[in-house]
Amino acid sequence: MTDAVTVTDLVVDRGHRRVIPGLSCAVPAGRVTGLLGPSGSGKTTLMRALVGVQQVRSGTVTVLGEPAGSPGLRSRVGYVTQAPSVYPDLTVRENARHFAALYGRGTRAADDALAAVGLTDAAGQLVADLSGGQRGRASLACALVGEPELLVLDEPTVGLDPVLRVELWERFHALAAAGTTLVVSSHVMDEAGRCDRLLLLREGRLLADSTPAQLRAESGTDDLEESFLRLVRAQQQEVAA
Amino acid sequence: MSTVTTVLSPRLTGATTARVLRQLRHDHRTIAMMVLLPSLLLGLLYLLWKDVPSLPGQPSTFDRVGLTMLGIFPFVVMFLVTSIAMLRERTSGTLERLLTTPLSRLDLLLGYGAAFGLAAAAQAVVTVTVATTLYDLDIAGSVWLVVLIAVANAVLGVALGLLASAFARSEFQAVQFMPVIVLPQFFLCGLLVPREQMAGWLQAISDVLPLTYAVEALQEVGRSAAETGTMWTDVGIVAGAAVLALALAAATLRRRTS
Repeated sequence: MTDAVTVTDLVVDRGHRRVIPGLSCAVPAGRVTGLLGPSGSGKTTLMRALVGVQQVRSGTVTVLGEPAGSPGLRSRVGYVTQAPSVYPDLTVRENARHFAALYGRGTRAADDALAAVGLTDAAGQLVADLSGGQRGRASLACALVGEPELLVLDEPTVGLDPVLRVELWERFHALAAAGTTLVVSSHVMDEAGRCDRLLLLREGRLLADSTPAQLRAESGTDDLEESFLRLVRAQQQEVAA
Repeated sequence: MSTVTTVLSPRLTGATTARVLRQLRHDHRTIAMMVLLPSLLLGLLYLLWKDVPSLPGQPSTFDRVGLTMLGIFPFVVMFLVTSIAMLRERTSGTLERLLTTPLSRLDLLLGYGAAFGLAAAAQAVVTVTVATTLYDLDIAGSVWLVVLIAVANAVLGVALGLLASAFARSEFQAVQFMPVIVLPQFFLCGLLVPREQMAGWLQAISDVLPLTYAVEALQEVGRSAAETGTMWTDVGIVAGAAVLALALAAATLRRRTS
């Protein structure tokens, strides 16, 4: 299995704080990789490094064979920020069509992306008039529209009702089955079970690089939340010892 | 890592222009204010000086001030609108997202310049028409040259607004860049005190401020029926300053941030 992303000895400072003190990890191609960890664990910073908008102190991030942020990658990588980054004073359709134009796609691609996130009926509405969950989906559609090879999604399911959440995860797996690599962050551990691969982060360090099944087996519990807690405690004891 | 090639794509610049104009189209009140406000304010100036006698042989005060305001309105309005628009891009996360797409920084900035330049053209056509018909503003030269200078001024305002927004961290800071960037240019442009009467050092400052040349160009159109070389040189200087400010804005727009 090839890796779509390789991170080697990544160090990132934000302000005077070192948020990632030296991280190495890999993301397998054509899979859904979950980036899990509590708030402030460095998930967003790592994702920004993957898409090339994060200033890094040292280390290398290679994405689809090129250094992260290379001009050639911009049509191959899609990024959805945690807060919906769409234009509130445009309609859903106008937003999708604008990003479609930037990726060199037509209006058809924009309509398909809106259908994929279930926003066809709201296409004519201003984003400002949408609910929080709809806004998030509009934002997602604006990344899907470019049909990227790597899709980086920062907490895409926050504020969604359970039905939509399940539908979106099905969508992610369908994309992965079609060859897209997905990196999805979440701080909800029950979403960890839906990922093919898990990267557990805490304070900018990699706590585990595993699969849900492996994690459950190693920690001896079916509850991934509990597995995570046990890992944290084990690590703290190591540090103390 | 700022060695990113700033290739220009007319297609992506055009997409940005279309998007900014679409945003504007959804905001009816802004359109109404942009198109009508300069005419109303000019009307106030007209009424202010209507009954004040002017010196024989001299243009009336309203002819002099009103004509200059035709260049200053688009400059001020577009500066403000752009710096707020850009700050919104920054705080809403759309800027960060745009920077991960194939859109180059120059495409983005030129797209903004073209969109607000077009809006300024509509504004100028309305204001010049109202001024020459309702307020009897006397312009010796072609009104189309006035529109052209107004558009050049608007693009200058957009470029400086884009540049200033790079240094603004909040809306409070952004709006305060208006007096910092705009008012000194207004004070020293030769409207309040003729440039020949200024102290030498003030005149030297006035010499390097682009609005000075915009005002001089308008005065040339105001008094001369034929196009003058000075006027075209002045328009060139204003356009050059706008291009320089856009290039600086592109250079200060960081793709990677901390």
